Amino acid sequence: MSKSTEQQLEDLAARLGLSRRHFLKFCTGVAATLGLSSTAGMQMAHAVSQSRRPSVIWLSGQECTGCTESLLRSTHPTLETLILDMISLDYSEALCAAAGHQAEAARHAAMEENKGKYVMVVEGSIPTKDGGIYCKIAGKTMLQHVQETAEHAAAIIAIGSCASWGGVPSAGMNPTGAQPVHEILPDKTIINIPGCPPNPYNFLATVLQYVTFGTLPELDEKNRPRFAYGRIIHENCERRPHFDAGRFASEFGDEGHRKGYCLYKLGCKGPETYANCSTQEFGDVGGGAWPVGVGAPCFGCTEQGVGFTKALHEKSEVTTHSPPDIFPPINAETGEGASAVSAGLLGAVIGAAAGATAMTVKQLGKAEKEAEKDQMAANNPDGQAVPGKDTVNEPQ
Amino acid sequence: MSGHHQPLNRKLITLPTLVLAILSFIALLILAKRFALGLGSVTNLNDGYPWGIWVVYDVVVGTGFACGGYALALVVYIANKGKYHPLVRPALLASLFGYTLGGISAFIDMGRYWNFYNMFLPEQMNLNSVMLEVGLCVTAYCIVLFIEFMPALLEHYQLEKAKARLDKVLFIIIAIGVLLPTMHQSSLGSLLIAMGFKVDVLWQSSYLMPLFAILTAMTMGFSIVIFEASFVTVGLKRDSEAHLLRGLGRIIQVLLGVVLILRFGDLLYRGALPAVFNGSFKSFMFLIETALFVVPLVILSSGKHRNRGSMLLIAAVSMLFAGALYRFNAFLIGWTPNAGSSYVYFPSAEELLVSIGIVAMEILGYLLIVKWLPILPAHAEVKKQTAIKTDPSVNKPPAEQASVEVGS
Repeated sequence: MSKSTEQQLEDLAARLGLSRRHFLKFCTGVAATLGLSSTAGMQMAHAVSQSRRPSVIWLSGQECTGCTESLLRSTHPTLETLILDMISLDYSEALCAAAGHQAEAARHAAMEENKGKYVMVVEGSIPTKDGGIYCKIAGKTMLQHVQETAEHAAAIIAIGSCASWGGVPSAGMNPTGAQPVHEILPDKTIINIPGCPPNPYNFLATVLQYVTFGTLPELDEKNRPRFAYGRIIHENCERRPHFDAGRFASEFGDEGHRKGYCLYKLGCKGPETYANCSTQEFGDVGGGAWPVGVGAPCFGCTEQGVGFTKALHEKSEVTTHSPPDIFPPINAETGEGASAVSAGLLGAVIGAAAGATAMTVKQLGKAEKEAEKDQMAANNPDGQAVPGKDTVNEPQ
Repeated sequence: MSGHHQPLNRKLITLPTLVLAILSFIALLILAKRFALGLGSVTNLNDGYPWGIWVVYDVVVGTGFACGGYALALVVYIANKGKYHPLVRPALLASLFGYTLGGISAFIDMGRYWNFYNMFLPEQMNLNSVMLEVGLCVTAYCIVLFIEFMPALLEHYQLEKAKARLDKVLFIIIAIGVLLPTMHQSSLGSLLIAMGFKVDVLWQSSYLMPLFAILTAMTMGFSIVIFEASFVTVGLKRDSEAHLLRGLGRIIQVLLGVVLILRFGDLLYRGALPAVFNGSFKSFMFLIETALFVVPLVILSSGKHRNRGSMLLIAAVSMLFAGALYRFNAFLIGWTPNAGSSYVYFPSAEELLVSIGIVAMEILGYLLIVKWLPILPAHAEVKKQTAIKTDPSVNKPPAEQASVEVGS
């Protein structure tokens, strides 16, 4: 590590009111979330400490600001500052100090200055019905804002379920014709970070990878980063053993629910929802701080066609193994020995076989003796059957 | 072939067929219970003994008993000993019944029988599975046996053209019919290899298992031909075929000698001989099994005895018991589910009645079909009248006995 970069790290840590050690720990943690090595964590720390920070333009459509809130609470109180410092958040309705024309001017300035280099983040869905008039900012529709900003964006991230699939605004009859970002920009690659709200680390890890390496994480067929959405929640759920053993909560507050049994029968969508909630958890407090962990069935917010679409207490499709109908007993039956009837029956069968054989042998023997006698009478001195010749052994 | 065989011109419904029909009906009733309420309601099977008498008798031993067609095909078509040809058709019929009912028994024994069809879907096959080999091979052999048996049906319905056409390609079917039992009978031994140390040291001969399985299958096949022919002679009052059977006795003698030499050589090589005399129940069963193997060897080693139908039958029955007990010992009696096991198994009365019923179905089917189709050699029919006239004492009992007998 060269002295200048070391100095930069110190400077950044001082600016953020963090110890250097704390800052490096954070970067290493983010690298671990991405599934990268600790060296990558160091690289990230360096990238973040550079004065040249990527410009981020954060657009808000039909949303509840939950995604922003989630991001702000990503970890220890000081880190919200870090997040705002490692990138240059040039426009965000919820967070920018500027207001009105000033804010709008900042956005335009950032877009001009960083043409083709800025990151565009969309939070919330985009209404399209009646020309998109149901969401207007600075006299323009959200639709126009998105199209305009996307034109020269280096990367586009749709954060939250609304921007990814339409979310709440698109539920049911979809009164505003709310659309996700990828429907508005069909030609662009959109990274979806679904969730209501999404885990902030899934967003941070994606952005930090971009900041550090200039690349984007590997995506699944629904354009979600694989590192975060590669597994079904059910697969790593701490309540999974209860599912496999057939122990279910069947009502809120019943014995099974209080004992932490599987929530499948309460409509938990974990078995069909891809996300890392069960491993990443929320709020950095550990101890099962995520919906299923605290007894609330997963409602499938990260899965298109599940969250906001399926009824909350509808049983989910089990995409892995269904729970068995019958469970093996703890004390397996060890079987029974012979009963008088079965032993008698077997004995009778063997006896009958032996008896019938004896009878048949007797009959055959008798017939053979008679045949021999006949042959003796026919002056056969051997008294035996002649090999090769058709010896007639009549059965009497 | 036509003209060499003809149906027996006898009454279809007799006392033996009635008894057999009743036994079959009892089995069907129990099977209805098994399918309505599950395996547990009928069998004594448990986690330690997932294979009971339905698998070990009806499939493992039953297909061994059904090797008559295979053994004769080897002798008649491979070794080209045409003189045994009159024995082929009755043996094929018995094999057809034995294998078909063995396959059905395997199905009955399956806990989740509704998944059975997956065995035939290539994408579902586990090509490392011995069971797959056995399952597919047995199914294929049932079909082959049916085709081999077709000429009798075609003769009956006088479809000369069809028969001529079939005769042209029949050699291929016969070749497959020799190959398939060689494969799956030896695979029954491979199943035991896969069971590892759960099989007692007296029977776990690992790489030799397939050889023992195929050798015992052949000896059982030849023995069952002698057995069937003897019972047909006495039970249906026909000419003796001892002149043909003694040749088979000679083959059994040679095979048996090989089996016993290998068997004890293997025990000696593995250092398992002390277990023979340790006085346990298993060693006792081993001694009985060995005695049953030795009896036919002794009888058949004497040329004088080989010429006597009665001695041939004793040897054959002893051999059948020996082969059956060998398989019972290896699969069930010498089976230890786990160390310090508390598992026990003895077939329930209902299980036994199903197995008895299935054997009854085989004999019943055999008796009805030899009276319907040209199966038995034609020459004996002429003598029948004299047989019935001359000795009234043999009229009924042996036939009746014959039917109960095979239920073992």
